[in-house]
Formats: sequence, structure tokens, C-alpha cells
Amino acid sequence: MMGLVCLVAKLSAQSPISKSVMGNGKAIYLTRCLACHQVDGGGVPHLNAPLDGASAVIAGDKAKLIRIVLKGYSDRVEIDGEYYSNNMAAHADLKDQQVADVLTYIRNSWSNKASAVTAAEVKAVRAKLK
Amino acid sequence: MNLKQSQNNSVLICNFIAQAKPQTHKTTNMRKSISLCLMALGLSITQLFAHSGDSTKLANKAIMPDTDNAGLKLPAGFGALKVADSIGRARHIAITDKGTIYVKLSKLVNGKGIVVLRDNDGDGRTEEKGSFGDFTGTGIAISGKWLYASSDEEVYRYMLTPEGSLVNPMSPQKIITGLINRKQHESKSIALDGKGNIYVNIGAYSNACQEKDRTKGSKGMTPCPILDSAGGIWKFDAEKSNQTYADGKRFATGLRNVVGLDWNKQNNQLFVMQHGRDQLHDLYPDLFDDKASAEKPAETMYALKEGSNAGWPYIYYDPEMKQKIVAPEYGGDGKKVSTDPAFQDPAIAFPAHMAPNALLFYTGNQFPAKYKNGAFVAFHGSWNRAPLPQEGYYVAFVPFENGKPTGQWEVFANGFAGIEVVTGTRGAQHRPCGLAQGPDGSLYVTDDSKGTIYRIMYNGK
Repeated sequence: MMGLVCLVAKLSAQSPISKSVMGNGKAIYLTRCLACHQVDGGGVPHLNAPLDGASAVIAGDKAKLIRIVLKGYSDRVEIDGEYYSNNMAAHADLKDQQVADVLTYIRNSWSNKASAVTAAEVKAVRAKLK
Repeated sequence: MNLKQSQNNSVLICNFIAQAKPQTHKTTNMRKSISLCLMALGLSITQLFAHSGDSTKLANKAIMPDTDNAGLKLPAGFGALKVADSIGRARHIAITDKGTIYVKLSKLVNGKGIVVLRDNDGDGRTEEKGSFGDFTGTGIAISGKWLYASSDEEVYRYMLTPEGSLVNPMSPQKIITGLINRKQHESKSIALDGKGNIYVNIGAYSNACQEKDRTKGSKGMTPCPILDSAGGIWKFDAEKSNQTYADGKRFATGLRNVVGLDWNKQNNQLFVMQHGRDQLHDLYPDLFDDKASAEKPAETMYALKEGSNAGWPYIYYDPEMKQKIVAPEYGGDGKKVSTDPAFQDPAIAFPAHMAPNALLFYTGNQFPAKYKNGAFVAFHGSWNRAPLPQEGYYVAFVPFENGKPTGQWEVFANGFAGIEVVTGTRGAQHRPCGLAQGPDGSLYVTDDSKGTIYRIMYNGK
């Protein structure tokens, strides 16, 4: 019983994501991302990659995710076993905090659960892209 | 080489390979080895041989629809059955005059991209399945004694026997090569006029010909450089090998992406369904709100002649205003009507973004008279209507006479999505993609989501 309590305590030791971050992130998702990635984050088969359950969204490489939002994506690459034909536009006009918030929202919506993305992380990636 | 010689060669080759292996229990192992060998060639022993038990000999009455009509909602008197299921990403479909079904896959299954299906016991459902061809793609069509099929860059053809089997599934003739494929709108649907010509869709690799695709603030390119080699229909000889752009001719231009097209035999004309552009609101939020963006532009059908110009990217067709409107990328404001005489009007305008993936002019006699010479359109279903609900995921019908629509379009077969309202596209269970007419006048529909093949029949009740 003690072991279980310790485990639960350990899991919730990650800093909780604030409601305002999720709210801001969702607002950006609705205007910038929803049209292609859909209201359920499921994408469109063979056209627009899903975000819900996507390994690129929840696995380690935050810098790669940030680069996709800032630069867009048009490569033909296999994404979790599928190919997607449409091109993603760049969203470099979003501020660092906005990019961070929308990525945090995506990483914690639907079935996704992952750590937040910070404005500092976005700033660092953006600096490298110049 | 005739069929018997070809069959004998295949069996001889496999016999030879079987004999080369050490055998203990000779007879059964030999049969097994031959079977395995033929399977490796994508064939089965029974499949090589001509069939006499084809379903065309049996009356429609012998074929019972599924008790739930395969989950479809149809007009009174119609029934449906699942002919085959889970065959892979089933795109377009072609059926021989003896009822052999060929389906093109856009993803390889066991390394093969074309599936052949046969119903040998005449119950309407296929129980025999084979596959061949090592390329993915969408287009497939039968003309004369040839089965044509396309990848995203090339077009091939296979000779058929009088029974509708393949003379040599291992060696198609490559008739067209080098077609541009830049990922977006890459499928190369095909149609033939039966007079020695093949028409190939080369979709534009762009949404609206902006300098930066799908990017707010990016201008439309003037003139649109894509049109010289994409964004239109190209016409080639249906027989010559290894044709490239130089051997063909741009038959029609200004067409963003045509997945569904068909030759109307009644008035001898090519008809196409265009996938209209996306994201009016994302790109021009000041001109178009979510609702306008969800409902414009129309999905349009065009009756084409050589030199036809449907106007993409410079205009789009507004189904509410019933006009060709100057695209915002080219100075439009959502209201400015185009006056350019070069751009033709659609034959019919359908609701926006529904993704017409197949077009079929019905020439059969099984369905009631109103359907004869009319057009069936398979709508794959929208994604670009979000945040409003999606539309489509059904087969529509428009009556035609001598190349002109004679009435309003209507929904013919619905229920493919399996849910009442589709909000996110991945929620749709089945998505209609291909259409074909069977030798008895049944309508076949493919689904590239679950690989289901539907057969819709009229039983007059």
C-alpha cells in the first residue's frame, strides 16, 4: 500500500500544466491547426498526419516539434508507418510563448500526455534556425 | 503466346523448381512446392485457368443482398452486399465482361498492388483472391482486351484473355512514364475513350498555386508555373510503350486535381470531377469566415474538350453565387466575378470539399430507366469543413441525357461513414473511392479505408 502511494506521488511530481497554458494553446490550435489536424487531433488519412498518439508529438525530441511549427513540413517521410501527402505551412509569426502553448496543448490533449514545452525552448530552436 | 501456353509455362517453371528440391514423400510435397511457387508469383492454381461458372449466367434474383444492406442506406428497391472485405487500400476498380474484378491498391499488401477477385459459385460474393503488380497507385481501367493501371508516375497495361484473366501478370507493358509526382495530389487516375486514347490526371502539387503552399500571406504565382506539367488532363496513345510528356498532349488545363473521371459513351466526351481548393478562411480570414470556408468552393464536374480550361488557380466556383469568382490569391475578395472567357463553367456544382473520387456514367439495364446514362459520383468525404461537420461519404447520382444533366443531383447510397455526423475525418469507417459497373448492371463501390467492396443491386421491391 505504501509502495503504491509512493508511486502515485512520484508520478504526480511533474509540474501540472496550467489551465491558462492549455486555454491559450487551444485557442491557437483552433485557428492554426484544427483545419488540417482536425478537432480530434486525428489528422486525415494519407493527407494530414495525426497528432493524437503520434510518436513525434509525445516522444523525446521537442526541438524537432518546435522546428515543424516554425518551418512547416513538406518532406515525404514515413510517419508511424504511413505517408501523408499534403504540405504543412510555416507558423514562424507565432511568438515563442504561443508556439510553446500550442505544443503543450497538443502534447496533453486527446490520448497524449507529455511534458510542457517552454518559451525558452522555442527561443533556443528559433535562434538556431536563423 | 496464348493462355494455355502461358499457363503451361508457369506450371512448367514451378514444376522445375519443385523437382530441384530434394523430395521424400514425392507427390504431396511436389503439389505443395508447386502451390508455393505459384503463390509466390501471385497466382493460385485454380486462378490460372478460365472459368465457366461466372455469375453473369445467373439471374439477379439468385443473389441476395446482405440482411443489413452492408450497412448502406439506399433508395427503395435497391439492396447491397459486401462482395469482399479487408483487401487493402482499395482505390479504383475495373470489372471484365465476365465478372472478374480488378482493384488497385494505394498501399502494397504482401508486396502486391493489384487485387483480382472472382465469384465462382455465383452467390455474388467473391471467394477467390489473387494479387500481382509491384506498384501502388489509384487508376485502373479496362479497354478492349487490356487492363490499364497507374502508379503515381507511370501507366501500365496487362493483356487479358477472353475469359478476363491475365495473360502475363509478371510483365505489364509500360505505356507512360516520367509523370510528375511532388507528393500532393499525386494519384494518376485514368480513363480511355475506346478509340486508342488514354486520358491521365496529373494533379497540381499545390493547393492554390501560392509561392509558399498553404501559407497565409503568400501570393499566387502569376502565371501559375505548375500548369505546364500538372493541374490538368494529359492525353496519350493507349498502345505505345514508354511515352513521356513529349509524346502526349495537355488535353485540358486549370484543373486542380481530378481523381474521378469517365468517358461518357452516349455523347463521346470526357467528364471529370475536380477537387476544389482548400482553406479560404485559414488564408484569408478577413474575407471568409468558418462557414464560408466550409461551403466554398464547389466540387465541380466539367465536360471537357481539347483545350478546355477550368480556371484553377485563378478562379474557383462559388456554389451559392453560382459564379466563377476570382481567387483571393489573384486579387479576389470573395465577391469579384471572373469575366475571363477562357475559363469554362462547370456542368454541375456539388457542395464544397466532399472529395469526388470516382465518376461513372451508368449504361446498364438493371437499374430503373432514370439511371440510364446518368452519372454516379463517389464522394470520399471532406476534411476541410472543420470546425463545421464534415460532408460527403456517400455516392450521389445525377440524371443525364446526351451529355447534359437533366435534373438535380441526389444522394444515392449513404451510410459508408458508419456514424451520423463526421467531425474528424478519421472517424469515418468506410470512405467511397472507386466505382464500376458489373456485366449485369450492378454498381460496385470500393472503400479505401477498410478495403470493403460493395455491390449495389436493384431488385424492384
